[in-house]
Amino acid sequence: MPYAREPAVAGWFTGEGDGFRLLGTRCPACASVFFPREDVHCRNPHCAGGSLEVVPLSRKGRIWSYTDSRYRPPSPYVSNPELPWEPYALIAVELAAERIVVLGQAAPGITVAHLAVGMEVEAVTGVLYEDAETAWTVWQWRPTGVTE
Amino acid sequence: MAADGGDGVTAEVAVLGAGMHPWGKWGRGFVEYGTAAARAALADAGLDWRDIGSVVGADTVRGGYPGYVAGATFAKALGWQGARVTSVYAACASGAQAIATARAQILSGLADAVLVVGADAAPKGFFRPAGGDRPDDPDWLRFRLLGATNPTYFGLYARRRMALHGDTPEDFALVKVKNAALGALNPYARYRARVTAGEVAASAVVADPLRLLDICATSDGGAALVLTSLDFARRHGAVRPVRIRAVSTVTPRFPNTVPDLPDIATDSAVSVAPPAETFRSSIARAAYEEAGVGPGDLSLAEVYDLSTALELQWYEDLGLCAEGEGAKLLREGATAPGGRIPVNTSGGLASFGEAVPAQAIAQVCELTWQLRGTAGDRQVAGARVGITANQGLFGHGSSVIAVR
Repeated sequence: MPYAREPAVAGWFTGEGDGFRLLGTRCPACASVFFPREDVHCRNPHCAGGSLEVVPLSRKGRIWSYTDSRYRPPSPYVSNPELPWEPYALIAVELAAERIVVLGQAAPGITVAHLAVGMEVEAVTGVLYEDAETAWTVWQWRPTGVTE
Repeated sequence: MAADGGDGVTAEVAVLGAGMHPWGKWGRGFVEYGTAAARAALADAGLDWRDIGSVVGADTVRGGYPGYVAGATFAKALGWQGARVTSVYAACASGAQAIATARAQILSGLADAVLVVGADAAPKGFFRPAGGDRPDDPDWLRFRLLGATNPTYFGLYARRRMALHGDTPEDFALVKVKNAALGALNPYARYRARVTAGEVAASAVVADPLRLLDICATSDGGAALVLTSLDFARRHGAVRPVRIRAVSTVTPRFPNTVPDLPDIATDSAVSVAPPAETFRSSIARAAYEEAGVGPGDLSLAEVYDLSTALELQWYEDLGLCAEGEGAKLLREGATAPGGRIPVNTSGGLASFGEAVPAQAIAQVCELTWQLRGTAGDRQVAGARVGITANQGLFGHGSSVIAVR
């Protein structure tokens, strides 16, 4: 049983429970938001740019589209080939304030049958995979009507 | 000069030869497929390899170092003869970049006759990123953090169409039925059997709502073209050759608001209003403007049907119908043989499977045969203008317009 929780990617999200947030960066000059975070220079071609600042993204958004993964993805996705494959849903979510669409896996137990384009979802933390010492965490999307 | 940096219509180059190695799973190397296609294109052009002044290879990332220097790899396999060499890579759009490079060399007077070659030997199953731990590579990250394969994106686009436009899985299946019937007529296609809508519906779901027969396979294959100046073509007896009139290799404009492979998120549109057209639409528009033609002038189109649903999207992006009316256009039979604008007369990726660097070149091979009137049972009567369209991951537009 793993005893540590570590993010599977550094600096892309923070917090637990209700405090969980995706982290992007924002250009102080033009206010463009970037996720995954852009740390070097603003990518708006009309902007002279400046030092990008870290900013939490909206926790809730609406489903732009969704699908699922009925077959085991290849490496570097981590899964145990000795266990039967468990499909998971993937959701693209539009965040209104940032006007950005962010992909993510759905929370465990959420299948495409639970989803619809336009449905409200929220970002939550979940386990992407585990090894002997560590549960590696990632962001997931969960319909707001569903609680654990 | 237009604001986009170009000044409209450019001069033309001739397609003197076209050749392919059949698509399949042959279990041999990409060099063999590409070389066979090159020899076929040279024979079709009536040229000796030693007449070629420049060779442009479309790279493959699956063949080790020789794949990254495909131009030289093919030149060596054909026998070193001193030609100028270029190798290009732009994912699925690599073939269009190779054609664009060849055209630029011809129009600038650097070469009279250029051989363009692309070939691939694909693994079974999903494409995957290059090996090693590369957490700064979006292609590695989408697999690692999301398990997002290429069909994941195809599924997202398909579901979005269903929600926005009312497309149905039955509409998607009809694309496969149409393309499989055409592929059955094409000796270079990998899949030569007709498919019924029932067979599509009975195949396994891969990425909801798409099933196995909605999604293109990965294949071995090779395609080649001999492109020349119009003068050179005339001197070699081609009185009325097929001519390439436009090659669009545009990139997206910020903010790109559609999740594109291999990205985990779109650009934010919070500070800059999104462009009026999507990236895919802009690919075709650039080609139309350069060629001085419009959708109404087309005799046929070869589009990148990575999935059945994506073919419907291309109908709209090419302006063959209004947004949201792709399925209606299909159901009317407009894109089938005998229709107003037949699409994927080759059988498309549905019948070929994707051999990445060869595919955009293969699309132009089909245009060439159609415009010459030598496409056999697939022939579109009186074909005069054809377009190809394709999009390579990481922001590569690809569209070619050929005329005769």
